[in-house]
Amino acid sequence: MEQLKTIGRELAMGSQGGFGQSKEFLDLVKSIGESRSKAEEDRIVLSEIDILKRKLLEPDVPKRKMKEYIIRLVYIEMLGHDASFGYIHAVKMTHDDNLLLKRTGYLAVTLFLDEDHDLIILIVNTIQKDLRSDNYLVVCAALNAVCRLINEETIPAVLPQVVDLLNHGKEAVRKKAIMALHRFHRKSPSSVSHLVSNFRRKLCDSDPGVMGATLCPLFDLISEDVASYKDLVSSFVGILKQVTERKLPKSYDYHQMPAPFIQIKLLKIMALLSSGDKSASEMMYMVLGDLFRKCDSSTNIGNAILYECIRCISCIIPSPKLLEDAAEAISKFLKSDSHNLKYMGIDGLGRLIKISSDIAEQHQLAVIDCLEDPDDTLKRKTFELLYKMTKSSNVEVIVDRMIDYMISINDNHYKTEIASRCVELAEQFAPSNQWFIQIMNKVFEHAGDLVNIKVAHNLMRLIAEGFGEDDDDADNKLRLSAVESYLQIISEPKLPSLFLQVISWVLGEYGTADGKYSASYISGKLCDVADAYSSDETVKGYAVTALMKIYAFEIASGRKVDVLPECQSLIEELLASHSTDLQQRAYELQALLALDARAVESILPLDASCEDIEVDKDLSFLNGYIQQAIESGAQPYVSERERSGGMFETTDYHSQDHHEVTSHALRFEAYELPKPSVPSQASTTALVPVPEPSYYSEPHQPISTSSSVSERESSEIKLRLDGVKQKWGRPSYQSSTSASSSTPPQAANGTSTHSDGGGVASSSSSKPRSSYESKKPEIDPEKQRLAASLFGGSSSSRSDRKSSSGGGHKPAKGTANKAATVPKENPIPVPDLLDFDEPTGTSDVAATDPFKELEGLMESSSQDGGGSTDVMGLYSTDASAPVKTTTSVDSLLSELSDSSRGTYHQSQTTKGPNSKEALEKDALIRQMGVNPTSQNPTLFKDLLG
Amino acid sequence: MIKAVMMMNTQGKPRLAKFYDFLPVEKQQELIRGVFSVLSSRPENVSNFLEIDSLFGPDSRLVYKHYATLYFVLVFDGSENELAMLDLIQVLVETLDKCFSNVCELDIVFNYSKMHTVLDEIVFGGQVLETRSDEVMKAVEEISKLEAASNSISLVPKSVSGWRGGR
Repeated sequence: MEQLKTIGRELAMGSQGGFGQSKEFLDLVKSIGESRSKAEEDRIVLSEIDILKRKLLEPDVPKRKMKEYIIRLVYIEMLGHDASFGYIHAVKMTHDDNLLLKRTGYLAVTLFLDEDHDLIILIVNTIQKDLRSDNYLVVCAALNAVCRLINEETIPAVLPQVVDLLNHGKEAVRKKAIMALHRFHRKSPSSVSHLVSNFRRKLCDSDPGVMGATLCPLFDLISEDVASYKDLVSSFVGILKQVTERKLPKSYDYHQMPAPFIQIKLLKIMALLSSGDKSASEMMYMVLGDLFRKCDSSTNIGNAILYECIRCISCIIPSPKLLEDAAEAISKFLKSDSHNLKYMGIDGLGRLIKISSDIAEQHQLAVIDCLEDPDDTLKRKTFELLYKMTKSSNVEVIVDRMIDYMISINDNHYKTEIASRCVELAEQFAPSNQWFIQIMNKVFEHAGDLVNIKVAHNLMRLIAEGFGEDDDDADNKLRLSAVESYLQIISEPKLPSLFLQVISWVLGEYGTADGKYSASYISGKLCDVADAYSSDETVKGYAVTALMKIYAFEIASGRKVDVLPECQSLIEELLASHSTDLQQRAYELQALLALDARAVESILPLDASCEDIEVDKDLSFLNGYIQQAIESGAQPYVSERERSGGMFETTDYHSQDHHEVTSHALRFEAYELPKPSVPSQASTTALVPVPEPSYYSEPHQPISTSSSVSERESSEIKLRLDGVKQKWGRPSYQSSTSASSSTPPQAANGTSTHSDGGGVASSSSSKPRSSYESKKPEIDPEKQRLAASLFGGSSSSRSDRKSSSGGGHKPAKGTANKAATVPKENPIPVPDLLDFDEPTGTSDVAATDPFKELEGLMESSSQDGGGSTDVMGLYSTDASAPVKTTTSVDSLLSELSDSSRGTYHQSQTTKGPNSKEALEKDALIRQMGVNPTSQNPTLFKDLLG
Repeated sequence: MIKAVMMMNTQGKPRLAKFYDFLPVEKQQELIRGVFSVLSSRPENVSNFLEIDSLFGPDSRLVYKHYATLYFVLVFDGSENELAMLDLIQVLVETLDKCFSNVCELDIVFNYSKMHTVLDEIVFGGQVLETRSDEVMKAVEEISKLEAASNSISLVPKSVSGWRGGR
């Protein structure tokens, strides 16, 4: 072990010269690699910073040294430490004439500086000069800096030079100039809007690489404004056709695919252009069909193009043949062992499902496999697919699965997302309200504090309103079941605050309504809640208000109320609470207990949470009082608009204080002496805790305000006593319809929702299919049952065929494989408008067609490329090139690497060397934080794959 | 558009990080740490893709590849193709392998500026510029040559000699 350590160190030292770095830098890297903790690393870096600070200040630092310091600064900053003390030196270095130093300077400033940094002003001049340099490498370095450092204000300073470079002799420069212009367009479209035509022109550049680069800005431009680029469809189709026919030089091949990255960009652009456009889509049919036939699905990049074709087909108006091709490609993806391809398959399925919804059925078993896959990414993608294909027939299965998954993960971000999806699906497709409540309970229980508060309001509203029909019996059942489920859940530890609020409200409102539970039982539970979550004031507030309701209902119904001792002590505790809100509620409760039945009934009528509240905006009930006040000498009210206007009034308008109101306008004379205001209803106003600011001067007044107004109207003493109730009342009505209207009435009392659900499916889903047959207990494997319930496919002949084509390895019965019977060889089923075999096929796009020029150029360059084919061919056939490199092993380690090279060949699929020595060595090197290659021949085994 | 390119070792030490939109150093560190913690918790033999909205904002995807002691990571938005990005990592690695003749973590640490040169030839301002590793090599070599010629400091890394024509 010790020996290995020294070998590693020697190696690192030995290569020192080759790396061109000083010993100090080497030591720095090494000591950081060896550090055992973040604190140790920080200490090392901090001392390095001290050294650099000192060295940078020394006079006459040699340039070569300076370069190294700058690199060390970059390294330090990458480790997360502030290197701003050295920025100015990096800036200075960009001014150097030496190419190496200049490039180092540019590299450092592009990594250090933000485009709005103060130091940029010192670089712009240099960039301008460098853009005009004779040395194209200097120009490239400057263009690189331009991309990163130029902001909206400095664009005009360099724009002319960059535009000139579009016609530079070197294609590398032209490419980068296009990219820089593209970057300008992203930063500030207006500054380059007059230059957009350059992109079109560059599409027919003599170099295919430049053309490929032009596709990037064009993609952006087209996604902003599809209509003005429609004329280019035929050009793009032509280019793509030529690329697929290998008209580009051989050097553009990648893993035997001709210019795949260009193909992908083209497909993306064409998907944009042909979306919803029949004639444009038709132009693409043939080339897309060709791609499906030509793409090599054994390589990663071939599959990338296939996936892009699927994506493209999902955007355009496809022909049936193309849809079939896409479906077939998807099934290949899904059947593959590679998780990456499965992922792409699921994604493709999610896209195609919008066009032909029965496509998913073919793959139901594969989809379920993905759902149970250990790969989280794949799982999430599959849930996304399920979310897209949810309908009322399968909502229960899907939402159940989602919730199970939601419970199992810790990632709050995704938990929130999936919780909101569950809620959305449940609201949209719920087969019954009972089910809905159960689902909501689960969501709240497990993701409570991540759920939007609106969801809680909706739930309470649903419980309060029931179906909105006159079926009181069903409503009561629903409420009872809600109460029962809550009483079960309530004793569980650590429930989310929001859920407790819902529980408290429902228990307060309906806990005793049915007579099944006694008031003391419910109030005991509520006291427990207030006790257990004593730090959560909101929950406590809800609990106290719920208690108040319980007692109010008891008093109103003439029963004698025994306040539980724990409840009594809770009230006493809250009377002295620091929270005014809680105090308020406690006092109200205390006051209520002393009232007689008739009064209580009018304060808190039974089940009145849904009652509409009429808001008397004019406050006509105050007329008498106002009249009285005016008669006794008060000034009449002047509306806000008539007063100064503009100034926002935040002071409260109290009905009693109309003198105040009038005095809100700007006054220049001295204030009058304060009159003792004698509110006639002092006792009631004391109950108004937080006066709502200026409620009748605002057009859009908050909802809670309006309710309190009307309360005041109906009964003075009722003020604020049941604010909670009103909050959930009418104001949030509107969205309720979505949940309840989609629910069929007969599902109301159904506990067995399956048959109901089936009914819904056949009535509401577009595909008439009796989906629940298969849900009956069968001897089928569980998976198939799940599949059936998910995909709803089960008229037996249909499902047989589909499942067999979906996954051959599955316990499928049928043999007739529809996909197989489709003649794959069928060349071009769709007649195309354009004749692509004819080289002049695009001549109908007039002589100005850029594509035509390009075509010619590419033809010639493909011939030119012939010379280099040998080299390329050699390279491409020699697949074992990286292995060869491993033979250049340090003699010291030849034995070691020999053994591990053996492993390398044997186990291509495993990661890391198998042999023990190799592992030990690996561990040692890792410990050092560095890893000389020759010791690790498996490093690039993936390259061989 | 590509948002970031990262290389980090299996202990989470960043070896190269490039963000195509400016981010303050602290934010960069936070993202690197976040990415590492996600990657290190991934089991083997699963897909190379991740949806990473929680770190990089909506519609962010991440593709990574694990080579020996290094993770190569690309972060990009919905306008790129995941499988193609995986191949872009491949292009980058192939190029580095040619450049440093059998690349290893050490090469990446010590040839920081060269790494950036290679990367800048492949990805430019967040867009894929060049995917032919031979072309990238040519450009990098030319830069190295000129740099060497432009001054007496001979800093040609061991790399260039490692690339021999059409091996």
